[in-house]
Amino acid sequence: MSDEKTRTVTDATCTFCGCVCDDMILTVDLEQHRITKSQNACVLGKAWFKEHGIEKRPFALVDGREASTEEGIEAAARILAEARYPVIYGLSDTTCEAQRVAVSIADMIGGMIDTTTSVCHGPSGIAFQGVGESTASLGEIKNRADLVIFWGGNPAEAHPRLFTRYAVTPKGMHVPNGKKDRTIVLVDVRRTASTPVADIFIQVKPRTDFEVLWALRALVKGRKVDPSIEQKTGVPLAVLEDLAQRMKSCNFGALLFGMGLTMNRGRHFNAGALLALATDLNQFTHFVAAPVRGHGNVTGADNVVSWQTGFPFGINFARGYPRFNPGEWTAADLLARGEADAALIIASDPASNFSKPAIEHLHRIPVITLDPKATLTSQLSRVAFTTATYGINVPGTVYRMDNVPITLRPAFDSPYPSDEYVLTGIRERVRTLLGGNRVPAGTPLAASFT
Amino acid sequence: MIEKMMLIGGRSKDQGTSLCAGKLGPEYLDVSTIVEMNVEDMARLGLKANSRVRLRSPVGETVVRCKGRETKDLPKGLLFIAYGPASSELMSGDTAGTGMPISKNLDVEVEPVTDSDSTGG
Repeated sequence: MSDEKTRTVTDATCTFCGCVCDDMILTVDLEQHRITKSQNACVLGKAWFKEHGIEKRPFALVDGREASTEEGIEAAARILAEARYPVIYGLSDTTCEAQRVAVSIADMIGGMIDTTTSVCHGPSGIAFQGVGESTASLGEIKNRADLVIFWGGNPAEAHPRLFTRYAVTPKGMHVPNGKKDRTIVLVDVRRTASTPVADIFIQVKPRTDFEVLWALRALVKGRKVDPSIEQKTGVPLAVLEDLAQRMKSCNFGALLFGMGLTMNRGRHFNAGALLALATDLNQFTHFVAAPVRGHGNVTGADNVVSWQTGFPFGINFARGYPRFNPGEWTAADLLARGEADAALIIASDPASNFSKPAIEHLHRIPVITLDPKATLTSQLSRVAFTTATYGINVPGTVYRMDNVPITLRPAFDSPYPSDEYVLTGIRERVRTLLGGNRVPAGTPLAASFT
Repeated sequence: MIEKMMLIGGRSKDQGTSLCAGKLGPEYLDVSTIVEMNVEDMARLGLKANSRVRLRSPVGETVVRCKGRETKDLPKGLLFIAYGPASSELMSGDTAGTGMPISKNLDVEVEPVTDSDSTGG
């Protein structure tokens, strides 16, 4: 329904978090260029839609001076063409179409490309490669799961509709009574807003998730576990035995895990232990495991970068072909070690959430940012573009946290360009400046070092 | 008095809503500079709600305000803070070859900031 002043957009998509809820009904004030009502949105989604109107900001800032988008593209292209060890980073809050262009720039300049996955579920990605993944869509979990275990996360505050749309309360084909047909378990080091949702809350001591998971693996396989596990982890053996039995006897179990596992000591070992537990359980019943993803298209970043390069994050093109090595070519490391000599940051704000030494290095090198909002990273940038907001102003494709692609239905136009437009402009100008790829395909290894 | 505690960084609802308004705005700055602390730990350190404390790690330090949590919700010795510039001040750059810096379960020193302490901010 539309008139001259307002528009209603149905089946719109919220891209605040990885739930990517695509059942929004938005009321848009076309004169004020803002969304006045967002039906079906959670508290985070309502804030996302309410706060993304059109702000009066320069199209670009170059060395702090207001500039046009085209002037910004010229300045950004020169930085990237002159850099010897540039990193492209971010990408979790933009469209797959823009992500694809970013990968092609990394290829052209022979640089590194990394996404926010590396400081999110990057360790899970490493664990997937080592252990494997028993997958399911959120729809399958909604319709089938009678045991859902949330481990190391707080969905009530970070992904509110994960509970109400997919994994706790909704009625499903094989769980017709919704939450009454499910057992909900929450494992965490502290009580959170998510705890009241759980039928069983298991409070583990910090830094003992791996031990708890390994004990569960033993119990699932019928091995004995020493009661001293309680002294180590804070969890009585009887509680673990009960959980192991519940896991083996459910019809469809799901382990949904958060960054309580990946940002903690043990990182990919923790995630790997959980994935291995899910694998073990498939000897007895159907069990899946999935990371709960934060940003609206961080899963798309994994997919796009993987299908373009063969690897999910932390990639180096310096030899003219992609190589993958977390810890060496991941942005947090490249910056903290002071190695990168330029950075292109897309839809991310590492200056407010990276480590102190990494942020200090961002202040030392030329930085280019693309963001709808001013951030600490845009403030320190040599070139800062204002871009339109994906999902609200920009069409395209994003991936839900379960790897389901979803088409965006924008609410209103923005005067600012999309990330894809700016990145395409940068790529074409870099192509001209470099005369093609810095390291042409098929270049002998020795030649690439000259 | 200085005590060693363990700091957990994480997301919160207020952090999520305030970052939509803008990460340079007062709301985001406010929610990312509040540390949740066990009420018994606060009492022992002579801290009240909104008291300022200095958190110090091997790489840096930051001054934030306290918010009490009951022992059943937040065990003694544990702290929680919403991710942001304050928590970044405490994070080391080392990722142990994974790409992921440790941002949960950081060992920190906790020191009350007195009114006469001009370095507290």
